[in-house]
Amino acid sequence: MEHAFSPYTDNGGTTVAIAGKDFVVVGGDTRQSEGYNINSRYAPKVFALSNGSVLATGGMYADAVTLVKTLGMRLEWYQFQHDKDMSSPALAQMLSTILYGKRFFPYYVWNTLGGLDENGEGAVFSYDPVGNFQKYKYGCGGSASHLIQPFLDNQIGRKHLDTQIDYTIEQVKKIMMDAFTSATERDIYTGDNLEIFIITKDGVTKELHPLKRD
Amino acid sequence: MAMVGKNCVAIACDKRFGVQALTLGMDFDKIFPVNDKLMIGLAGLATDVETLHEKFRFKVNMYKLNEDREITPKTFAHLVSSTLYEKRFGPYFVDPVVAGLNPDGTPFICSTDLIGCINFAKDFVVAGTASSMMYGMCESLWEPDLEPESLFETISQAMLNAVDRDASSGWGILVHVITPEKIISRTLRARMD
Amino acid sequence: MPANLEKGGFSFENHTRNIQLEQRGHKPPKATSTGTTIVGLIYKDGIVLGADTRATEGPIVADKNCEKIHYLAPNMYCCGAGTAADTEFSTNLISSKLELHRLQTGRQARVVTAMTMLKQMLFKYQGHIGAALVLGGYDLNGPQLYTIAPHGSTDKLPYVTMGSGSLAAMAIFENGWKKDMEKEQAIKLVQDAIEAGIFNDLGSGSNVDVTVITKDGVEYLRNYGKPNERGQKENSYKYPKGTTKILTSKVRDLVVVEDMDLS
Repeated sequence: MEHAFSPYTDNGGTTVAIAGKDFVVVGGDTRQSEGYNINSRYAPKVFALSNGSVLATGGMYADAVTLVKTLGMRLEWYQFQHDKDMSSPALAQMLSTILYGKRFFPYYVWNTLGGLDENGEGAVFSYDPVGNFQKYKYGCGGSASHLIQPFLDNQIGRKHLDTQIDYTIEQVKKIMMDAFTSATERDIYTGDNLEIFIITKDGVTKELHPLKRD
Repeated sequence: MAMVGKNCVAIACDKRFGVQALTLGMDFDKIFPVNDKLMIGLAGLATDVETLHEKFRFKVNMYKLNEDREITPKTFAHLVSSTLYEKRFGPYFVDPVVAGLNPDGTPFICSTDLIGCINFAKDFVVAGTASSMMYGMCESLWEPDLEPESLFETISQAMLNAVDRDASSGWGILVHVITPEKIISRTLRARMD
Repeated sequence: MPANLEKGGFSFENHTRNIQLEQRGHKPPKATSTGTTIVGLIYKDGIVLGADTRATEGPIVADKNCEKIHYLAPNMYCCGAGTAADTEFSTNLISSKLELHRLQTGRQARVVTAMTMLKQMLFKYQGHIGAALVLGGYDLNGPQLYTIAPHGSTDKLPYVTMGSGSLAAMAIFENGWKKDMEKEQAIKLVQDAIEAGIFNDLGSGSNVDVTVITKDGVEYLRNYGKPNERGQKENSYKYPKGTTKILTSKVRDLVVVEDMDLS
């Protein structure tokens, strides 16, 4: 039997985005894998965009890079035409349109977009590969999303707890790091490094933390 | 799901009984006592859960009559394992979890896969459709030497949040905490959808 | 039923039922498999076997510290890769048979005997018992090392690797193996080979187990290398008592307090 060519591969990896009152923290591991092999221990899948938003991608890396290139170009055009940066909610809608534009040959990418909305509050937008999206306070995607999602529901969404907490950036970072170290223990596609982007009104900063490499 | 605490163990299950997406019952306990300090949880195909439960009950009773003593957790784990491996090429569709206290009072937990490969763990074991969610929860929440009441909170929160993200689990949760002195059994308030 | 208990061998009772269930879209739970890096080599005085300790269930790690070096006989050990239950049960079965054989013949079991028993059993099951093994032992013919594939074919070589991490491990062996190595050298090479598997193959991970077999006996070095200890968590996620809402609560006392007549 001849093996048929498949245009898609899954490069694994996990992303998390958590919004706060006036900030968003977006993180992703940096492992890129194919089957049981590691292609790269540092292949960033979270991208800071020119308008101060951050896009976290999961799924097929080549599609993700292409998508980010397209977004970068569209953001630049917008800037030239309107002499201002595109807002995050506008970018969120545009990303959906771009994804749906390839409805019958989709980008094999699960996106999570973090940015500040029109009121300066943190916002997270989660997408499926064909552009369905919703605004959340927190979200995650990729190979360990099943492992991390209930943990975020519990700790950030405070599900089944009776206290609500307005977390600081430091607290959110700690919860995110624990989410990733736990996911690294149990998901074989997650590991190597954790890259965290912190979005505030003053801009975007980036941090790199080591994860287990096995 | 089962977890180890300080001189105690906890075992929890959901109460849903369904055929794929169709929920048929909401009082289907999947945890069965083996003896005073040992329990087995069976996730999977309901017919096999009941068949195996009866089979284990029979075998444990035979063991008790033959040996004139209670079966230890370790022996019981191997009994489960060989029973399942006998059906290597026509397995029961189940994911068993065993939790109990050893004769010396130390905690014991293990799980096996559907053909009887035992996984002895020092921290926690999970089984069933929501296993990946439970792995994520346990891996983050669990810590060593939890006292019975803390262990109850930890396993309950892990279970509640995990089954909420699994469409084929839920409809109430049952938790048992086994300590040398007593067995605490509680049902939790959970989402019923 | 008691008669049923006496019977040995596999039961195919549920086989047709399971085919029907699967046709109706009921998927069976996943079996634990060991992606695995297992290796073995011959050095000056004997054999060194090595294995990682990760067991997987699809993309999820089911056991972070499992044992893959199985006991066969006092002079023989066997590393297993593949379907975890199969490696466990086939090595146990052969181990029992070897012990009976030793009692019957009054001689220490030979490595070829174990190898032949394993390959004949695996061949009989035509690869359906998914066990890939590295067998090492020391008998009157000196140190011997075999690999046994799931279909029953065997190889006799001075250094071998198996499992999903076998390429990574073999790269280290091809680069570093020499004839008649010293014990420390041999153990180091085995550890490096397993670590190559642990870090570069996603199916392998956690710790390094090593077993050294010589004329004088066996050294079983469980968790010889621990290159993957989990670090301290940032937060503790302990909940205050009463966080979870309870519907019903039942307590069964196991300690029965009886009134005693003390007069």
